[in-house]
Amino acid sequence: MSKREYERIPVSQQAHVVSKPKDLTAIGGMVSVQINEKKITVPLGTTILEACQLNQIHIPTLCHHPDLCIAGVCRVCVVEVEKMRTLQTACSFPITSPIKINTSTQMVRKARRHIIDLLLSEHYGECYSCFRNGNCELQNLAKEFGVDNYTFGHVKTQRYEVDSSSAAVIRDMNKCVLCKRCVRTCIDLQEVGVLEAVKRGHETHVGTFLDKPLAEVICINCGQCINRCPTSALRANDPSDEIWAAIDNPKKHVVIQTAPSPRAAIGEEFGKEAGKSFTGELNTALRRIGFDRVFDTNFTADLTIMEEGTELLTRLKKAIVEKDESVKLPQFTSCSPGWVKYIEHFYPEFLDYLSSAKSPQQMFGALIKTFYAQEAKIDPADIVTVALMPCAAKKFECNRPEMCDSGFKDVDYGLTTREMAKMIREAGIYLPEMPKSHFDDPFGDASGAGLIFGATGGVMEAALRTAYELVTGREVPFENLVIEPCRGFEGVKQASVKLENCVEQYKFLEGVDLKFVVAHGTANAKIVMEMLKKGELNDVHFVEIMACPGGCLGGGGQPIPTSNVIREKRAQAIYEEEASLPIRKSHENPHVNYVYEKFLTDGPCGKLSHKLLHTHYVKRGKYIS
Amino acid sequence: MLVLEKNALSEEIENLVGEFGKDRSALLQILQAIQGKHKYISDFAQQEVARMMDIHPVEVNSIVSFYAFLYSEPKGRYIVRLCQTISCDMSGKEEVAEAVQRELGISFGQTTKDKRITLEFTNCLGMCDQGPAMLVNEKVYTKLDPETAVNILSEIK
Amino acid sequence: MIKTETLSKKRSGPVLFSEYKQGEGVKKALELGRENILFELKSSGLKGRGGAGFPTATKWMLTAASNSDKKFIVCNADEGEPGTFKDRVLLLEYPELVFDGMIIAGYTIGAKNGILYLRGEYEYMLKSLEDYLELLRMDNLLGENIFAGKDFTFDITIRLGSGAYVCGEETALIESLEGYRGEPRNRPPYPVNTGFLGHPTVVNNVETLASVPHILIKGGDWFRTHGTDKSTGSKLFSISGDCKKPGVYELPWGTSINELLNLVEAKNTKAVQVGGASGICLPKSQFNRVLGYEDAATGGSIMIFNESRNMLKILKNFMEFFVEESCGQCTPCRIGNIKLLEGVERIEKDDFTFSYINNLKELGRTMQAASKCGLGQSSPNSFISILDNFKDEIFGAKRKGEKNV
Repeated sequence: MSKREYERIPVSQQAHVVSKPKDLTAIGGMVSVQINEKKITVPLGTTILEACQLNQIHIPTLCHHPDLCIAGVCRVCVVEVEKMRTLQTACSFPITSPIKINTSTQMVRKARRHIIDLLLSEHYGECYSCFRNGNCELQNLAKEFGVDNYTFGHVKTQRYEVDSSSAAVIRDMNKCVLCKRCVRTCIDLQEVGVLEAVKRGHETHVGTFLDKPLAEVICINCGQCINRCPTSALRANDPSDEIWAAIDNPKKHVVIQTAPSPRAAIGEEFGKEAGKSFTGELNTALRRIGFDRVFDTNFTADLTIMEEGTELLTRLKKAIVEKDESVKLPQFTSCSPGWVKYIEHFYPEFLDYLSSAKSPQQMFGALIKTFYAQEAKIDPADIVTVALMPCAAKKFECNRPEMCDSGFKDVDYGLTTREMAKMIREAGIYLPEMPKSHFDDPFGDASGAGLIFGATGGVMEAALRTAYELVTGREVPFENLVIEPCRGFEGVKQASVKLENCVEQYKFLEGVDLKFVVAHGTANAKIVMEMLKKGELNDVHFVEIMACPGGCLGGGGQPIPTSNVIREKRAQAIYEEEASLPIRKSHENPHVNYVYEKFLTDGPCGKLSHKLLHTHYVKRGKYIS
Repeated sequence: MLVLEKNALSEEIENLVGEFGKDRSALLQILQAIQGKHKYISDFAQQEVARMMDIHPVEVNSIVSFYAFLYSEPKGRYIVRLCQTISCDMSGKEEVAEAVQRELGISFGQTTKDKRITLEFTNCLGMCDQGPAMLVNEKVYTKLDPETAVNILSEIK
Repeated sequence: MIKTETLSKKRSGPVLFSEYKQGEGVKKALELGRENILFELKSSGLKGRGGAGFPTATKWMLTAASNSDKKFIVCNADEGEPGTFKDRVLLLEYPELVFDGMIIAGYTIGAKNGILYLRGEYEYMLKSLEDYLELLRMDNLLGENIFAGKDFTFDITIRLGSGAYVCGEETALIESLEGYRGEPRNRPPYPVNTGFLGHPTVVNNVETLASVPHILIKGGDWFRTHGTDKSTGSKLFSISGDCKKPGVYELPWGTSINELLNLVEAKNTKAVQVGGASGICLPKSQFNRVLGYEDAATGGSIMIFNESRNMLKILKNFMEFFVEESCGQCTPCRIGNIKLLEGVERIEKDDFTFSYINNLKELGRTMQAASKCGLGQSSPNSFISILDNFKDEIFGAKRKGEKNV
């Protein structure tokens, strides 16, 4: 078993930091500094901000984000460094000599106030009519520094038109404070490159190519920019009003499916520490809100494993037994709609490598409006399907014209974790105190394999548990079914598992080293695609890619803020929940087998499942017309 | 834009990338060359530059919009930039501006219908001792008065 | 030796505008060797002529000390400060000084490449400068083994700007060279450590580099005989505005404003703007101040306003300039400048309170302290100094409580 790591280097600002020495014990490895009378020792190159954070000294920040490279543009974190003529930004100033720092002088406080006042003067609108009210970094700063009277005026008209062209992301530049976190997210973190600062001086704003609407440029809808926006300049396209209307309409049968990642994160929206799933509580809350049925997306995640796994084994057979050279390997996962749009734009020539299986969300929609409608004897025209997802791109996905295989729009609305929390609050429910309840039949509970889809590597782990067992007749050779090489947040992971003593049907795989690659975040996807281009993946069989850092649990629809620490806690919540489940392999899910027995009778990748559960892709390319 | 024109432009940009290199540090030179020849950098050209240099189109757009001498909208064959900074302002820039506007029938920021001349204000040209000054493309003219300015513009047909 | 210099040199001055033969400084530099060059430079007390006044010897030493295999010397010819045009004169009439200065710098710090960043507005000089470089190559002043100096290889390329004042800031200039928006970087790290493409880079003003050959030939001590203790040597002053003889003058540091006004035959002078739009505006009562780093510091721009001028209009012109030329990345500069301009407009419209004006001055002080680069740090200078020094003209009647003014 091998594990490879890749380090991604952000494009901009990369060279302009002082790197920390490898050996801290060497002479000059550590520097002593004085911060507000306190003497401390830090590794050379530590920024003032880092030094302060380690010593419980609070420094306000705005453009700084733990996921992103340093910008030093908002100037809110300025501090006084003795012997320097001007104030210095704590976030960017590397400590390389024994300096004296003062973090709260009169000058510092005045400067911070002025800066916040300036930002407020150009920040259109009022806090009480803003959806980020109570969770806005600018508002927090204004409160912290007592900036409450618009010393330099307040803009009364909108400078920019709100761009709501995209199904997923809405941009309102009137709220923008030009911290450029979205720019750094889009260009450096995700390497999609849709947003950048355009023009200059007072005309500077974050724009798209030629300021075109977001729907017309190569945005992949990952929504990572939303997660990092300190204000309400970026938000997801919220369908909750339409959902309320459906709930309020007695004729409509409103069904919701919930994905594991929102369940592992929604507690944060209610003031709880990250790291605990509220699955049972959420089920009760959703019923109280008025959803007629509550289903578990993990069920279709199990189904995805059956479909995608079968597809992989078919491809392998074609390639190995039939020596069919047109078969594309490795097979790439297709459950992340951000990733799907990324490859459609950036690597359209490789679309055949994508599994044709739909994402769990879309599979569920198609099943609800066909199989479930039949079983429950409800006219599918009266069914409204809602999907609670950690994702902004799911909103785009459910609106793709090809996603109507049930004869109706398979999934009517994609809802983010944040929007769900808002609906729950609006219904007067305090989620953490809800009693627990189960999902509804006929889909019932799902396996743990479906649950771990939420973390990067989860699809791979789930697929391996099933594929290995189908091929060899034995469980994967990992203690407690935990396939360690699939876990963790390294950007690109590569490992393999040997197939030995295969069952009769899969004898052609005897002795094959099943190789797989896992990547998360489109910047890492780019690395993988470049490897593919160079032929470096020729011996790899299966690749999992998630568009968002950390996988779905770090999705663009998740609670704000986000950081690596928070993502790790969410992953921990998911893995803990899964370890406690009785069924942990997709193919052992009795409900899945029930669906194949009763409805998709020609089995995985059969005719009906091809109609309902598989899809095709669009060669979009990069050109913006 | 016609396919033939697009192809020609692509080839031209390819040559420029060949000449100046694919490294990001060559970007400004490439854009300046396109600007110099076509008087603007079309959206197609911006995307071609991005494609060939392996950067994002919006990054090219960002650069073009940052620098005052690069444009993403078509401009006249002659870009006339009249200095608006203080010394030129004090030595009669206003009168010169009025005269050329009247003569060309356009205001600053506009281009004549025949796409011959674009009028623009610019900041300090470094000719403060000889103001008012203006640039016609890269050529500099100083100590202007309304009459000389108009004469210069009529000569560049 | 090159015999291409056709421009007859009518100018004269103690240092830069004195006799000089192409290559002389380079020859001397090779004789002296790196350490002696740095010694002479240090004893000369030469400071950056762009306005910031950082000791040149220190900059060079820091870069020379780095053992990086690739280093750069960049000549900052992005002369954009309103009222500054001395570099234009140097580049047009004394290119030999500038280029020799670059060659010497390259030799001293161990750089093989020199880049002249020429502002886009000066594109008309490009051809002649390129031709000049070609001649230098023919005379082995550029290229390999310059003047038979072993292992000394150096060449100069010229890169054009594209109309952005902020690119005169050294790190913005480097960003621009690297193909990015001309947005200043966070400092530290400084260019002497992490400059162009991450390599140690010296960025020097045209005039600074042009001073070096003379210093090497005549010695640092000789240079010190000009100017004052803290401001050694001479300075080129770009003089414009209300006077009979505007132009570039070479004068020793320590010259008073009064002396200067006499020299250029300025009459009825009301105000002198020292240091360009980002400098300070002095009233008559301060014309006895002397030009130098210790008193009225300047990159060379002197603008003269006579009694007929409206100070508020002048201030408005400056603020409009900064609103347009701010790179827009940091908050104090991007929004601060527009607020100061708004303030000027409200004074114009007589729609203000004194507490509002005081708030704006305080804001100006924040901008001076908290902006990311020199642009935002100095743009409030004229706002504060004009409102302070010309109160009577601007607020006169208001301050005395008169109505209907």
